This record gives sequence, structure tokens and C-alpha cells, in this order.
Amino acid sequence: MAFLEIRDVHKSFGPVHVLRGIDLDVDLHQVVCLIGASGSGKSTLLRCINALELIDGGVIRLDGDRCSGPGIDVDALRQEVGIVFQSFNLFPHMRVIDNITLAPRKVLGVSSDEAEDRGMQLLRRIGLADKAKDYPDRLSGGQQQRVAIVRALAMQPRLMLLDEITSALDPELVAEVLNIVRDLARDGMTMMLATHEMHFAKEVSSKVCFLHEGVILEEGPPERIFENPTEERTQAFLKRIIDAGRL
Amino acid sequence: MLTYRTAAVLSLLFPFTGVPAVLYSLRASKLAKAGETEPAREAGGKARDWAWYSVGFGLTAYLVGFVLFILFNNHGAVRVVFFGWSILTDGKAWRSMLKGFWINVQVFFITEMIVLVWALVVAIVRLLPGRACAPIRALATLYVDVFRGIPAILVVYLVGLGFLQAKVPLAGDLSDNQYVIIALTLTYGAYVSEVYRAGIESVHWSQVAAARSLGLSYTQSLRFVVVPQAVRRVVAPLLNDFIGLQKDTAIISVIGVLDVVNRARFINNNKGTLAAYSMAAVLFLLVTVPFTRWLEWLQRRSQNRTQGGR
Repeated sequence: MAFLEIRDVHKSFGPVHVLRGIDLDVDLHQVVCLIGASGSGKSTLLRCINALELIDGGVIRLDGDRCSGPGIDVDALRQEVGIVFQSFNLFPHMRVIDNITLAPRKVLGVSSDEAEDRGMQLLRRIGLADKAKDYPDRLSGGQQQRVAIVRALAMQPRLMLLDEITSALDPELVAEVLNIVRDLARDGMTMMLATHEMHFAKEVSSKVCFLHEGVILEEGPPERIFENPTEERTQAFLKRIIDAGRL
Repeated sequence: MLTYRTAAVLSLLFPFTGVPAVLYSLRASKLAKAGETEPAREAGGKARDWAWYSVGFGLTAYLVGFVLFILFNNHGAVRVVFFGWSILTDGKAWRSMLKGFWINVQVFFITEMIVLVWALVVAIVRLLPGRACAPIRALATLYVDVFRGIPAILVVYLVGLGFLQAKVPLAGDLSDNQYVIIALTLTYGAYVSEVYRAGIESVHWSQVAAARSLGLSYTQSLRFVVVPQAVRRVVAPLLNDFIGLQKDTAIISVIGVLDVVNRARFINNNKGTLAAYSMAAVLFLLVTVPFTRWLEWLQRRSQNRTQGGR
């Protein structure tokens, strides 16, 4: 049984049927990349997994336990599943260290000292210890996104969802964020990422899924998807990416 | 070539700065004709600067002059009525006024403290999600509609006199001050809750998504993420409403409280001028102006801290 099981998941926003029956397994320590055009449902799928959006049909199981549908404890689920957003979404009225320690203190009940120690440890790991007392606005986009990753990690999640986390960054800031993701992958963090960074997807992922109009059209190891896609749509998508000089 | 001739001529209305404006303007056209473009531009620029000085200084001088003219016209009758020296220098009158004003200040501070909390509660209730909360949402909306729509003075009459007459349960036997606090809280709670609501709605939903995604509950997200940001954003309009509230404490005079307004009325009745009302006005200004500056300073400080080197 897979760590994360997604079975026939459907999601509509009003008349727009965004997810049209998603099936996907993610094993522990796997890194799964979701690729596909804008609007294909990558972000929606990620947001459904930690219940930021409620699904209309199907079921999602985490570690064998149903985590979608009626009666689930969304707050408990979200302690297990961290998400990082395209637009960072740091809390602008809190210093960097407070952004990181808020949830551990208020949700897990960790003491301030302990949360702060652990937060500083994480900040040191990403080389931003000297920014701990700054407000997010003083940080560059890349630094903010690194803090956002650490903020999610501070809850010690078992699954991380990364929603196009480099799409809002200047090109020269992308690498510093991807390096952290690379480290996480090496440490065995289970991750799902929606991304347009094809090189990175190729390098880091254990499985690549191509989404098209709300279904996973093709999935497999990165070498096969990128070198020998069987679906016509995948081929067309990859050709557009190559034409744009991004692969 | 820009010589700002029209502006310069108009600024002659205030000759101190108008004359240099015209001189520079003339020089600019002369230089332009001689083909000296750069010096002409420089002179034109100076003409423009002097014309602007005419606007700033000239308008101010004429407006202040107009006020002084009114004050000292009529053999100074205007000045005597509004700023009668014998009353303005009467220590006993000041003491009496201060005693009355202390009531206004108390009512203001207590009401403001209650309103700050009460209005936030109303705003949050109006924004409760889901169909289940529809009735309580509707009730909060009704409250806001009703008390924003009624003049404060009517609420003070109705609560201040009516609660006592009708022996309203729990509030049938309070002091006049307490009734006024209730009345002003009802009115200003409605206003301020709308300010809070605008602030809360202005916090982008992605902030809530980020908070919830970390495992914070709905209430925790409001308390630690949404409300602190919302309050920071609405400090200016909140301040505006509280200055309104400070001034509206004068309404308590209508139900017979011996506040600053009623005391001023007694003094005026004895002396036959209105100077005591001016004294009351000065007392209000002594509180509202420093209060405004203090809150502006607080707001600037928090902005400097959260918004980097921009």
C-alpha cells in the first residue's frame, strides 16, 4: 500500500471541472513531479491533498488513513502535510523567526525557547540565521521562499507539497531555492511538486506525472517521460517547452 | 520656450512673490529671443518657482488676513463674543470647565476601550463562514444597519432617558454616565465594526491559506494572522472614528450631565458671551490633536518595521 493514495479524485469550481478522476500513488521517500500546462490541475491537486480545497468525489488516503471527505480533522492532517506556495505567503507582520515558530508553538504546544532553537537551527541550515529578526519585506524573493519552506518544515511534516515554488522568482534566485529542495530529497523527504523547472524535475524526481485537463495522462520515471513520452499530448507539451528553451 | 507669463502675472495678486515671478518671466523671453536657450530655461524655471510661492504664501496671507479682519471688525465684537478676555482669564471658570471636561474624557476612554473589543466581535460575527452561521450573521448586520442609521443624539436620548423610565432589566438603574457609555458604544460599535470588517476583508485569502496549511485552526488564524494585519491597516480610519467619538461625548449634555458643554452654557448665561464655548473647544483640541499625532507616530513606526527599505 502506498504512503499517499489518490483514487478517482474529482473537483469542480462552479461549472469548471478541474480534476476529472485523478489516480496516483506516492511511496514514502518518493519525489513526484507534476508537470503540465497552466490550468491542467496541478495546483488544485496539491491543494486538495491537504484539504485547502475539499474534493467532490473519490478518496485520498495518507498512510492508509482516509484524509478526505466528511469528519476528517483537517488541522491534524495539515500537521502531517506541509505546503509551500508560489507566492511565499509569509506573514508580513511577523519577524522571520516568528513566522517559523508560530505553528509549532500554537499548534504543537512547543515552548517558545524550544521552537526558537529549532527555528534557528533550520535557518542556519539554509544560511539565513542572520535574517531571523528581520521582517519578510526586507528579504529577497528567494530568501522569502526559503523561509517559507523552513516554516513548513518546522512542523516536521511527513509529506511536503511544493506548488510552483520558483515561478514567482527572478531567474537568478531560483537555484538557491531548488538547492534546498534537492537537500530535502536527499534526506528522504516525501514530496510532491508542481513545477515548470523541467531540468530540475528530471534530476530530482522518482516519478513524473503529466497532467492534462484534469487527469494524469502519463506517468513514469523521468527518463522515460522526458525521453520517450508515449502520449501525443505529452509529446506536444514537451515540444513547446523545448521550443521555449526550457529543457 | 516656457516663460510662465500667465502664472507670473496672476501671481502679482500677491506682489511680494509676484514681482520676482514677472521679472524672471520677462527675462526668460528676452534671453529666448537672444537665442540663449539654457539661461532662458533657467529664468523660466525661477519664474515658475516664484509663481508657486505666490500660491502657497499668498493664499495663506489672504486667508489669515480675512479671519483677522472678521475678528477685529465691529469694534472687536466678534473677538469679544468668541474670545472674551475676562472669561478666558478667569481661573474659576477654567477649573469648573476642567471638572466638566473630566467627565467627557472618562466617558470617551471607557467607551473607546469597550468599542475596540465590541466592534471586533461584531465584525468577526459578520464574517463567520458557512450556512450554519447565517442567522447570527444576519443579526449582526441588522445591528450595524440600525445603529449606523440613527443619529447618536437620538440613541443617547432613548438609552439615557428610556432605560431608566422603562426600568430595562440589568440596566434599569445606572448612572447617566453609564447610560451614555452604553449609547455611544452602540452607535460607535456599529461604525467601527465596519472599519474592522473592511480591514479583515483586505487581508488576502492566501494569508489564511498559509496559516491553515500550517495546522492553525480558524480561530487561531484569525487571532494570530488576520486580525493583527487587519488592525494595522485600519489604524487611520479607526483613528478618524475615535476623534468623532471624542467630540460626540459632548452629546451627554442633552440628558443633563454636568459635562463641559453644560458648564460652558451656565457660564455663558451668567456673562452673556460665548467665550466659555471657545474654552470647551480648546479643551477638546488639547486632547484630540496630541492623540492624533501619537497614533500617527505609532502607525509610522509599525510601517517602518514591517516594510523594508522602501
